[in-house]
Amino acid sequence: MLGLSKKDTFFFLFVVFLTMATPIILQPFPEGSALAQFNAGYPDLMQRFAIYGIFAIGFNILFGLTGYLSFGHAAFLGVGSYSVVWMYKLLNYNVVPGLVLAIITSGLFALLIGYISLRRSGIYFSILTLAFAQMSFNLAYSVLTPLTNGETGLQVYNDDPQILLGANHPLGPHFFGIVMQDSAKINVGGWQWTFNNGYYFCAIIAVIAFYLSLRIFRSPFGTMLRAIKTNQTRMNYTGLNPRPYTLAAFVISGMYAGLAGGLLAAMDPLAGAERMQWTASGEVVLMTILGGAGTLMGPVLGAGFIKYFENIFSKINDGILHHWFSALPDGVEEFLVFIFHPFIGKGWSLTLGLLFMLVVIFLPGGLIEGGRRLGNLFTGKSRKPTTPAKDPEHHPKPAPHVA
Amino acid sequence: MGILEVTNVNKRFGGLQALGDVNLDIPAGTVHAIIGPNGAGKSTLLNVLVGKLIPDTGTVMFDGKPVLGRKPYEINQMGISRVFQTPEIFSDLTVFENMLIPCFAKRDGSFRMHALESMAREKDIIGKAEHMLSDVNMIDKRNMVASSLSRGDKRRLEMAMCLVQEPKLLLLDEPTAGMARADTNNTIELLKEIHASREITMVIIEHDMHVVFSLAKRITVLAQGTPLVEDTPENIKGHPKVKEAYLGEAA
Repeated sequence: MLGLSKKDTFFFLFVVFLTMATPIILQPFPEGSALAQFNAGYPDLMQRFAIYGIFAIGFNILFGLTGYLSFGHAAFLGVGSYSVVWMYKLLNYNVVPGLVLAIITSGLFALLIGYISLRRSGIYFSILTLAFAQMSFNLAYSVLTPLTNGETGLQVYNDDPQILLGANHPLGPHFFGIVMQDSAKINVGGWQWTFNNGYYFCAIIAVIAFYLSLRIFRSPFGTMLRAIKTNQTRMNYTGLNPRPYTLAAFVISGMYAGLAGGLLAAMDPLAGAERMQWTASGEVVLMTILGGAGTLMGPVLGAGFIKYFENIFSKINDGILHHWFSALPDGVEEFLVFIFHPFIGKGWSLTLGLLFMLVVIFLPGGLIEGGRRLGNLFTGKSRKPTTPAKDPEHHPKPAPHVA
Repeated sequence: MGILEVTNVNKRFGGLQALGDVNLDIPAGTVHAIIGPNGAGKSTLLNVLVGKLIPDTGTVMFDGKPVLGRKPYEINQMGISRVFQTPEIFSDLTVFENMLIPCFAKRDGSFRMHALESMAREKDIIGKAEHMLSDVNMIDKRNMVASSLSRGDKRRLEMAMCLVQEPKLLLLDEPTAGMARADTNNTIELLKEIHASREITMVIIEHDMHVVFSLAKRITVLAQGTPLVEDTPENIKGHPKVKEAYLGEAA
């Protein structure tokens, strides 16, 4: 079906199911229970899962398949966001023209940056892409103020032309009248599920993006990209020119990033230069490696993992810690709060850093490898005992077996 | 007029004359060996032939077309394949995927954007790759990752990858370097078989005289970048200049 093998079709349908059921799956704890703060089923976070999932899927086409590590993909994210907001300002709040423009402009940007950067490989390629991204950031931040509105960020003002804006059109991002912000809330027992238009819009695009990446992975082109990662000498002496292949991969992944950036602005009609900063480029590298570079599902898991930590762990404060340990004697309680304090709230990145180190050292294949080892443990396939992946709570989607 | 003509090729690295006035004329369908002591310029000559090095002067014509100035992948597309001293294969891919890549390169040229085509639909390519793998007795290893193959099998796979492209000229850079005697003999047999069944022109660079004398129809002896003699194996064996080149002084 859909040009996929039986196994891939099943896998794809499984991913579609997970994506569509996310608002339910991510609310495992009833409202008002002590664990409700670990629920992730609210619109803003779910949108981020889908959007950064797209970003990471695209990044993985470049990094996972060809091995070229770009440190500048945030530039495309920013370009996508600016494109969408400009379309709001000029036309109206319909997201479609903006997203189309976002994909086109980021593709052109990627063509230019890729054409120059891909003249080098390895660390020099990474540095070149990083330099380009920082240049883009600085241009957006100060030089190109008329285009980007500098440090204030680009947003829609009342005196903008918005030539297509009709009298009864929504005054927020919408898809032909379906307003992104709107949600339907359903209460079942103690649980509250939020079905948000914006999330489903992102989710459907993410599913399409995932499908395309699945096709690319299984195509002759995908095999060529993996061949480039393995041995460029043999590639050359087999009559194949690696340059256009890597450039094509770079442009495709740039377009994915532009789409993700566009969707960020489609959820929240703002675009700021900080989206292009090197920390944002680094984040997608972390996502991909954490989840498992070169695997289909890994980058999505990594993106979910990091966004979950960013949102959920940063919400936990000392008060909540005191509440957790309140059953313990005072001295012990104070001591435990003191120990955990640096790892929560603003310190969530410390926790993330530690987890990242653990994953890279003990699970070089990322969370996907962790899932596979766990699977082997249960089915008894593994000959030597391996350490199970830590804390399955934080990657709620079960890891499928993908090579 | 041969399929490969090298005329007055010179290459200098700083003060070292790596190649001096090299002339070769290799007729189609023969096995030609280039031998010589260490540092004689054998590898430099090979690198010139595949486009990795550009000589200071001289021309290289292959099949009536100039080779110099073209990139390695363009030269391969002209019909020259190269086997390396240490097998260069796609070690992270499976044996079968290794075979598919040269098949695509042969059919689609140096680049084609087939990102959304399904591999399963490429029946011709798959058939061709399977056929070649059975020819070299590796069909049972098709799903193994190439890095887990034995050294002999890696060599075999690399040759199969070159042969599936049906090259007009096969360049072999010390194909038996570092091999045990039994493996060497197997490789000789494989090469003999290939030559007999496919009529491919081969140029072999080799240290091992046993390999050279069992395969080559003609031999060029290179010393200090210059061809000393070119003759049949029988005549090369006792040639005084060859002994001099290898032993350092007149014997």
